Amino acid sequence: MSALHTLGVSELRARLAAGEMSPVDAVASTLDAIAARDAGVGAYLEVFADDAMARARALADSGDCRKLPLGGVPIAIKDNICVAGKRTTCASRILRDYVSPYTATAAERLQAAGAIVLGKTNLDEFAMGSSTENSALGTTRNPWDPARAPGGSSGGSAAAVAAEMAAAALGSDTGGSIRQPASFCGVVGMKPTYGRVSRYGLVAFASSLDQIGPIARSVADVALVLEAMCGHDPRDATSLSAPVDRWSERLEAGLEGMTVGVPAAFLADMDATVRAAFDAALARAREGGARIREVTLPHAAYAVAAYYIIANAEASANLARYDGVKYGHRAVVDTLYDMYTRTRDQGFGAEVKRRILLGTYVLSAGYYDAYYRQAQKVRSLIIRDFEAVFAACDLLMMPTAPTPPFRLGEKIDDPILMYLSDVYTIPVNLAGLPGISLPVGLTDGRLPVGVQLVGRALDEERVLRGAAGLERACGFHERAIG
Amino acid sequence: MSARSDRYEPVIGLEVHAQLSTRSKMFCGCSAAYGGEPNTQVCPVCVGLPGALPVANARAVEFAVRMGVATHCAIADESVFARKNYFYPDCPKNYQISQYDTPLCHGGHLALAGGRRVGITRIHLEEDAGKLLHAEGAHSLVDMNRSGVPLIEIVSEPDIRSVEEASEYLQKLRSLVRYLGICDGNMEEGSLRCDVNISVREKGSADLGVKTEVKNLNSFKQVEQALAYEFERQAGIAEAGGAVAQDTLLWNAERGVAEVMRSKEEAHDYRYFPEPDLLVLRVDESLRARVASGMPELPDAKEARFVAQYKLPAYDAGVLTATREVADYFEAAAEAAGEAKAASNWVMGEVLRELNERKIEIAAFEVAPAALGELIRIQVAGKINSSTAKEVLRKMIATGKTAPGIVAEKGLEQISDDDAIERAATEVLDAHPGEVSKYLGGKEKVMAFFVGQLMKATRGKANPKLATDTFKRLLEARRG
Repeated sequence: MSALHTLGVSELRARLAAGEMSPVDAVASTLDAIAARDAGVGAYLEVFADDAMARARALADSGDCRKLPLGGVPIAIKDNICVAGKRTTCASRILRDYVSPYTATAAERLQAAGAIVLGKTNLDEFAMGSSTENSALGTTRNPWDPARAPGGSSGGSAAAVAAEMAAAALGSDTGGSIRQPASFCGVVGMKPTYGRVSRYGLVAFASSLDQIGPIARSVADVALVLEAMCGHDPRDATSLSAPVDRWSERLEAGLEGMTVGVPAAFLADMDATVRAAFDAALARAREGGARIREVTLPHAAYAVAAYYIIANAEASANLARYDGVKYGHRAVVDTLYDMYTRTRDQGFGAEVKRRILLGTYVLSAGYYDAYYRQAQKVRSLIIRDFEAVFAACDLLMMPTAPTPPFRLGEKIDDPILMYLSDVYTIPVNLAGLPGISLPVGLTDGRLPVGVQLVGRALDEERVLRGAAGLERACGFHERAIG
Repeated sequence: MSARSDRYEPVIGLEVHAQLSTRSKMFCGCSAAYGGEPNTQVCPVCVGLPGALPVANARAVEFAVRMGVATHCAIADESVFARKNYFYPDCPKNYQISQYDTPLCHGGHLALAGGRRVGITRIHLEEDAGKLLHAEGAHSLVDMNRSGVPLIEIVSEPDIRSVEEASEYLQKLRSLVRYLGICDGNMEEGSLRCDVNISVREKGSADLGVKTEVKNLNSFKQVEQALAYEFERQAGIAEAGGAVAQDTLLWNAERGVAEVMRSKEEAHDYRYFPEPDLLVLRVDESLRARVASGMPELPDAKEARFVAQYKLPAYDAGVLTATREVADYFEAAAEAAGEAKAASNWVMGEVLRELNERKIEIAAFEVAPAALGELIRIQVAGKINSSTAKEVLRKMIATGKTAPGIVAEKGLEQISDDDAIERAATEVLDAHPGEVSKYLGGKEKVMAFFVGQLMKATRGKANPKLATDTFKRLLEARRG
């Protein structure tokens, strides 16, 4: 029964539904892969081997496995998404021993659909970062080159999927945290429309931007996982009640007849290796039936600046609750003031502290108008830019990141350089739109390059369909890690 | 206030927090009931666990809109929840979800008895904090049962000009929230809380002085004491040519003084910003219609109606409409009695005295309004006299029996039979010839003695008016 862990969600489901294999074999094979490889990758913070096997056996015994849409599919969950009875650390010292008493809606829906949770994956502390190097609990390496970063913040989830240590994984995307690591690890990752997936149980970084999404090895697999967890949740006031379709069954038509916009002026600064892969992908898209059209996003250049004001402002409040009073790390000191300051000083890493300080500053009396209010205006202008593009286009195509995977340590001491890694993904979060990253090729040095497709709000269908078409045209998903 | 009040006047504004009496909390499904065992009415949302999200309680929104309509406020089509950031152990998220620059209600007023209006700046929705329990030793405990209980904050304009007006405003506000059924108005349990802002200025001046805010006022009396204290203190400073510091003060009820909690320099920067976990709060036509159709008759309107409909003095109408329950009781009793002023006297007198003495609400009073009405009807018809009637009411309270039943059972019916009274009166006069002579000699006060003797003989059952008339007739006949 070797190599079952290499199967994607669709193939696993086909075999499981046909009764050709048991979920026990699928889980056992994947756990073996984790045991063999994860010491070198560091994707997982915790693996629930016994729970996963027990769940697989229960599914096999009940017979539900064959009927459930994700019955028997082994998945990994980013460790900022709560699972009852398990630690949710956010890769932070402050929550290192925190056990959640409840399960996030997205994880609950996947479990109800039959998915089996293998474990929790590494991330940048509180999802703040683009390389997973801000984790306080371990290093994750890019499965394509262990000297390189897997991207971030969902680096553990992307690496687990790339290294075939899970069929699919959940990530969260605030400014590119699903798409950029998917691009770096040569897998597919999607951030749905803001509000599509409930945020209940996702530990908040920036509430108006955070969105849970799937990472898998094919567009079809991403679609299967996504459609199992979308839909209104009464526990999240910002979740949308729009109907959820079976997108996985509507991928055939591909890019045929679609108009795809390319914001050429905005993309001027990408790395040459990325440009080569992007241009090749554009050519493939054209061959696949897409009409390519040059468009402009006049205010996108201000997106990174606006993002780091809005996201940090929200983060400064969202992370205020970690104070040592109720749960998590508590410094042992004599006064309340010292408990607050020492707990937070000991518990948070440097990047988290930097963002809390910046966020506190931009909301302070006398600065609010100059920073926060101004950033919200920029956000409105960016939303309008996209509306103008989508009046004439079905999809927008951009590189996911301006560079291929960089070396561990290469950018960690230069936050601005690190922030610019998300220059193409951040505008999509600010506008709340659905975006997907899929691998389209390799650099000369055999590093994956991802391309991003963005669609209208709630138009997951076209995004997934176009991505499936581009995937077929580029043929990347056939290539294994060399 | 002292002689200083000849020269200075206070300028007062109140910030009142009212706990809404919804079943569940503002942003989660936990019970909002008061007094449970610590930390038994909590969930991930109201304890601020990682990943938990708030969802606004529609009933609380409706309650707040009721208050806005009742105080003539404009109700915003769209208002915005905001995070108010501050660290304190009873605040689980270290921010409170409140409303800031776009409150639900604004620009209303409340009329005082003299017709003067106190402006309502705004009414907004927010969540309550938990409670700290300072245990023995070096640690404190926190109870999150109250965390997330819905509150409205009602902010007045600085339109109040005396301690008495402040007290009246607060009484009226409490009466209003009770009428609306949105808050029990209990200051001691903290379901109604009041912070006061006060400055002083020379009478006739239009300028506003530097104000102080006084917190921790847990009763009407403390509000009055704190305002009187601050007026004297600030007027004293003004008189001496000094400057009042813009401080936040805490009222120390034990010592009867206001102590500085923080100075202006130490004031918090709450860093308000729109709550991204909640959508803009929309008040649509259906909610407006529901509130309008469910709006009860409010105290001022009821008071005016009582004067017009029942021909009651304004004083009576004011007392009877102070709470909706007493007003309803009066109306039911008046209808059963067929005599409104008599019912008013009974409710304001015997009934309210009984409630005050026993410290109970009218809902717990044993005598139903219809039963009281029946008692009043018997008395007004002259079947029993008023002191017997009070005696009957006490028996009704004790036994739950009806007035006619008690009157019949105890043989208390008033003797209104002319012959019987005349017989008894003749016996009294025959037995007291000396007093008869005094009366006939011009000492008419002796009449009270005769009536008293007759009451004694009839065990209080004689109709006193009939008895007096009979004595007059018999005595005139004896004048020869």
